[in-house]
Amino acid sequence: MPAPSFDTLQVGDALPTLTVPPITRQKLAIYCGASGDHNPLHVDIDFARDAGINDVIAHGMLIMGYMSRLLTNWVPQSALRTFSTRFQALTRVGDQITCTAQVVEKLRGDGENQIRVAITAADQRGEVKAVGEAVIALA
Amino acid sequence: MLDRKFIGYTSAPCTLEVEKGRLRLFAIAIGQADPVYSDEAAARAAGHRSLPVPPTFLFCLEMDRPNPYGWFDDVGIPLPKVLHGEQQFTYHRMAYAGDQLTFTAAIVDIYDKKGGLLEFVVQDNQITNQHQELVAEFRRTIVVRHG
Repeated sequence: MPAPSFDTLQVGDALPTLTVPPITRQKLAIYCGASGDHNPLHVDIDFARDAGINDVIAHGMLIMGYMSRLLTNWVPQSALRTFSTRFQALTRVGDQITCTAQVVEKLRGDGENQIRVAITAADQRGEVKAVGEAVIALA
Repeated sequence: MLDRKFIGYTSAPCTLEVEKGRLRLFAIAIGQADPVYSDEAAARAAGHRSLPVPPTFLFCLEMDRPNPYGWFDDVGIPLPKVLHGEQQFTYHRMAYAGDQLTFTAAIVDIYDKKGGLLEFVVQDNQITNQHQELVAEFRRTIVVRHG
């Protein structure tokens, strides 16, 4: 895929979508170890029940990790200036996350051409789990 | 209700090494198949000096500090009641395996919504490398569910 170019991109252009396999308990266990986030809410069903949320939930940062893959699939990571996410709904075992993004602004910042993209992570029912945005520098 | 006196609370600076094996495991954990993130030869071929630290891993590395939830205890935040509300990163330069990254953190705001049913704690982190260069900043907002 050719590198995206500032001149040819238009507001409204979509970035390539990323769909990942459904969340499993094993994936959450691996993410616990890999991320260093050992909050039992993500692997210990007894803890999750006591916390009043019925079952373990995915780390928000796992969802943001998926969203980051959409970005780095599209541009080199060194082009990333900012990346932010607001978590909106719990992600549970069995949920399948699809990340979508589109260009929402072309701007000039810090002496370089930049674009702002809006990113959404939603499950197989269309429930939005997280919304975010990123500013990316482009030649 | 959390005591607002903890606005300004700082965690002790902490320096952590970025380990290659950990980055490879993290790539597996987020399903990252791009060899740049797991194969050092591929990373060098792409112009990196080692395996790059991926965009969200800075948050994770910070949790390697001793007793990463210790500040919850200090501030009186009950872990079972906590959800991650928002996360923001600002990137200044890439970081790589082998780097020694120093994290400094401060609580910059505590506020509530829905008549106090939800409280929000905002913590800012600054990350510098072994050359005292600013690598990134991140802001974590956690939500504490009361009731």
